[in-house]
Amino acid sequence: MERRPKIFSLKNFYLHSVGWGLISLLTASAWAKEPGRLKLATTTSTENSGLLAYLLPDFEKRFDLKVDVIAVGTGKALKLAENGDADLVLVHAPELEAAFVRAGFGVNRRAVMKNEFVIVGPPADPARVKGSSDAAKAMSQVKQSGAVFVSRGDYSGTHQKEKALWALVQGQPEKNYLEAGQGMEAALFMANEKQAYTLTDRGTYLAVMDKLNLLILFEHDPMLDNPYSVIAVNPGRHPHVNYLDAMLFIAWLTSPETQARIETFQKHGQALFRPAAVPQPAPK
Amino acid sequence: MELLGIIWVSLRVSLAATTLAALASVPLGFWIAVREFPGKRVVVVILNTLFSLPTVVVGLLVYGLLSHSGPLGSLKLLYTPAGMTLGQWILATPVITALTYAATKGVDERVRPTALTLGADGWQAGLMVLREARYGLLAAVVAGFGRVISEVGAAIMIGGNIRGYTRTITTAIALETSKGEFQIGLILGVILLAVALSVNLFVHAFLRARP
Repeated sequence: MERRPKIFSLKNFYLHSVGWGLISLLTASAWAKEPGRLKLATTTSTENSGLLAYLLPDFEKRFDLKVDVIAVGTGKALKLAENGDADLVLVHAPELEAAFVRAGFGVNRRAVMKNEFVIVGPPADPARVKGSSDAAKAMSQVKQSGAVFVSRGDYSGTHQKEKALWALVQGQPEKNYLEAGQGMEAALFMANEKQAYTLTDRGTYLAVMDKLNLLILFEHDPMLDNPYSVIAVNPGRHPHVNYLDAMLFIAWLTSPETQARIETFQKHGQALFRPAAVPQPAPK
Repeated sequence: MELLGIIWVSLRVSLAATTLAALASVPLGFWIAVREFPGKRVVVVILNTLFSLPTVVVGLLVYGLLSHSGPLGSLKLLYTPAGMTLGQWILATPVITALTYAATKGVDERVRPTALTLGADGWQAGLMVLREARYGLLAAVVAGFGRVISEVGAAIMIGGNIRGYTRTITTAIALETSKGEFQIGLILGVILLAVALSVNLFVHAFLRARP
């Protein structure tokens, strides 16, 4: 063989060492594991609003624990917890939560905070939602008028609330009912493009309202309350979960200090969540 | 700072997955190309079909495997960079194998017999063929890397898009887009291309340095 490859050259040796060294370092670091983590499955509204980024550093510093936030819809968050893939959940769908606890998947459910849903729609309000006597009436106005309604369609807490409201008026519209199958922001953008109505939590609407030509057309109805709860995954069912740290998190989240910080969290000058964990003592 | 962390997670997961895939796939693709065995065509067709494997489906499969309720749950790899590496390894393997096969097939068929005639043994003749195919092999590995660094389905399902831990450039793009921050999403897209460019330049320099 005349063109026999050179077996050894210093330049090659050097380049190979650097290359392979770098590659093995990258490979090794990808497999390295870090201890002291708590997995919190939650909804997009708590993460995307910036609330968790605002609250969590205090917890992480105080207890030297990393909180891994997995932000998905409420339906998926509960499913992950059911499979034992999270240590606790922070969600907002009271009926699903009750079923979750009843089925033995979760324990120690505590109320954390509330915000509220609002019905938004095009400024001209063709379905005359504005001024409805209650939320059910407002939804029925959308249905009767045949205006387009965008639904989350993703088993999220908001989707659950929307379905509960439709149930009060004999079901969702058959026509002009679009299921986005995406997060709240995506559903709002879709509603904006279509100049349609949709149900949203106030926080997400405030976060993106600069980019929307949609107004809040109906609000302030107890029917539109949006309570958030925290639930630990049942260690009896999934012995591997980080139960003690999950309970520590619940204690911290429902403590008067953290509750006060929830109240001070603002966007566009408005408080997004009202604390609900510490009951006010009844006046004597 | 957060951005650097995101780039680092993307890079280390995708490079690790590509490297692990290449270590197995280059020899495998080469072997399929030079050996005759029954069902060879079927294997090649299957490999080419797996190019179309949806990343979300790989995400779902690996989630099912790594979930605590799944067969490999005790490894605790769900929502870790290592779990994402596994998912991306599955995505890169068929790409690198099939392209290695094609590159090896493309080498002049006379190289091997000529090397053998000139006194090379089987291994040396094989190395000659690989040497001739080196640009094709580079393209195979680079295509595998491109497949994994740009995918979002498996990364978000297996990694969970955890801030400061498993958030990659692509899952950050998905998040920012969902929040309506289209500008940040586009900027992140450009950053991903810049990262891919640096990796490609590095690999290219590496190859050029060979005799």
